[in-house]
Amino acid sequence: MAQPADNRPVIAEFVDVHRHYQMGENVVRALNGVSLQVLKGDYVAIMGRSGSGKSTMLNILGCLDRPTEGSYLLGGEDVTRMPDDALSMKRGRDIGFIFQSFNLIPQLTVLENLEVPLFYQNRIGPESRAKAEKLASRVGLGGRLEHKPMELSGGQQQRVAIARALMNDPLFLLADEATGNLDSNTEKEILDLMDELRGEGMTIVVVTHNPKVAERADRTVWLKDGQVEQVVDNRQAPAGARS
Amino acid sequence: MIGDFSRTVRLGLKSLLLHKLRSSLTTAGILFGVASVIAMLAVGEGASQEALMRFRDMGVTNVLLRSVKPPDTQQSTQQSMMSFLSYGISYQEADRIENLVKDQVPTAEVVRVRETQKGVTRSEHWKSTVIVGTAPNFLDVTNMKVAEGRWITDLDMTRQANVCVLGASLARTLFPLENPMDQTVLAGSEDRFRVVGILEYQGRAAGPQGTTLDECVFIPMSASRRRFGDEQVIRSGGATRFERVELHEVKIKLADSEQVEGIASLLRDMIRPEQRPQGDVEITVPLELLRQEEESKRMFNIVLAVIASISLLVGGIGIMNVMLATVTERTREIGIRRALGARKKHIISQFLVEAAVLSALGGIVGVALGLLIPYVIEEVFKQTTVVLPFHVLLAFGISALVGVVFGIYPAWRAANMDPVEALRHE
Repeated sequence: MAQPADNRPVIAEFVDVHRHYQMGENVVRALNGVSLQVLKGDYVAIMGRSGSGKSTMLNILGCLDRPTEGSYLLGGEDVTRMPDDALSMKRGRDIGFIFQSFNLIPQLTVLENLEVPLFYQNRIGPESRAKAEKLASRVGLGGRLEHKPMELSGGQQQRVAIARALMNDPLFLLADEATGNLDSNTEKEILDLMDELRGEGMTIVVVTHNPKVAERADRTVWLKDGQVEQVVDNRQAPAGARS
Repeated sequence: MIGDFSRTVRLGLKSLLLHKLRSSLTTAGILFGVASVIAMLAVGEGASQEALMRFRDMGVTNVLLRSVKPPDTQQSTQQSMMSFLSYGISYQEADRIENLVKDQVPTAEVVRVRETQKGVTRSEHWKSTVIVGTAPNFLDVTNMKVAEGRWITDLDMTRQANVCVLGASLARTLFPLENPMDQTVLAGSEDRFRVVGILEYQGRAAGPQGTTLDECVFIPMSASRRRFGDEQVIRSGGATRFERVELHEVKIKLADSEQVEGIASLLRDMIRPEQRPQGDVEITVPLELLRQEEESKRMFNIVLAVIASISLLVGGIGIMNVMLATVTERTREIGIRRALGARKKHIISQFLVEAAVLSALGGIVGVALGLLIPYVIEEVFKQTTVVLPFHVLLAFGISALVGVVFGIYPAWRAANMDPVEALRHE
């Protein structure tokens, strides 16, 4: 696979990652030797059919799962063999999850939902509140801090989720079918918002099977049977030249 | 850290409020457990303190011998028109008892008591009471004190003086307005006694023949014998009964409670059925009663602890059940929190705190109810209850502990879920 030649730092790197599951007698090879680099400022889409290994890749990228073989470096640190607690902290500090079904906590208000990631880093206080307010207005929900998720539309909920993903200043945003539950107008709004964030320097990785989502990314990584089938450069003249 | 904890507690409350009915039903298990423990302890403590007080009033270094009417003759006397009954401790026996006791414990005090039931009159005031004939050392033995005037003296005894000392309540009944000192009261229909002293108010101390000591009249033993004699004529329903009782009670006071056991067994030998087939003397050893009461209190506390453990165990199982249901319901929330950086310990503390809040709420309401029940019992059944702060703390502490202990397993299960699986949960 081609190595990017620019000098942007590598944020996440898969080095020949395998992930095998034991299902009764059979071994399922969900990932079978995947290598990938995500650089700071990248916008990468991961695509593939069901069973191609997309979800497994997402879980490992998000430190929710570990490779069976190979290694995963996140922010220059090998997290492959990290114990559970350290991995949880890494997750909380470096990754901003955006889920298909928003995954806000229903009994908490918007403000409280936004503060959850900082709570687990003992960073709750006046600053966390100020930050939550700032990010809520950034995603256009400044007046809804005291609402419960159920009182918001799907698009608004996803905006809250995006704001929550930004609360910990993550290394990258990791979106899992972020627009899968939204109508096409709202989908466009959310994708536009992500474009804006990317414009502000945020690194984004999206996992999707929706071409409309993937075409916003710089490049699309196609998975098939647990391996990288091809990498498509979505921009004919990318900022970083490829050899 | 404090802020974090209060945030976790608030979060717990919020989650519990999502299922108000379920939470309150679970809480009820703990609530009634705590309330019943506090109430039972209060009733038990009240009863036992009352008993202990009564036995202490009798004197823990005392041994009491009392004449009792033999039970088997009671019926036959009622049938014939005229009967004669003689029972109880005689003067001779009292001498023997005194010699026996003083042989063993030279410092012992022995006091004899005669009781005569009579009406006592002072101008228009009248009261039926017991006239106690006794000796100067009565006060030492019973630990009573004179509030005003003096007590019976040896001179009163030899002169068979018609003087009396009044119990505090009786003095107030007979002399509501005037000072009773040096006034005379009429006992029965012909015997006048000059009041030389008034006793301190005793309160609850039980006295002879169903009265309290505060209502009795005390006169010299010698005067009692001379004025009232040893025989009493009791007329009831056309039948006339003569009863001869020389002494109603002999009270023995020892210097030390360690001497009580020896003297008591000596005296028991003396009044054994072989010696006194009538069975007309009873021995009371307050120290033994006190020990029995303490022993039965200990037993009561053990039984109570078992009942309390069972009821709190049941409450705890309820909490565990609900917490397991909660964990399953909120699997997705657990997954979200894990994805957002929660470590296992965060998940554990979240659910532990929730379980503890649940049972502590039950504990708080249970304490309130547990304080109310003894109050109601006291008002309605006139039964003394004593709520010790320690018992309240104990009941509440156990309830909170139950929440934590029974919350451990559900919390552990929540923390050990695979985050990927948890996030996928619908």
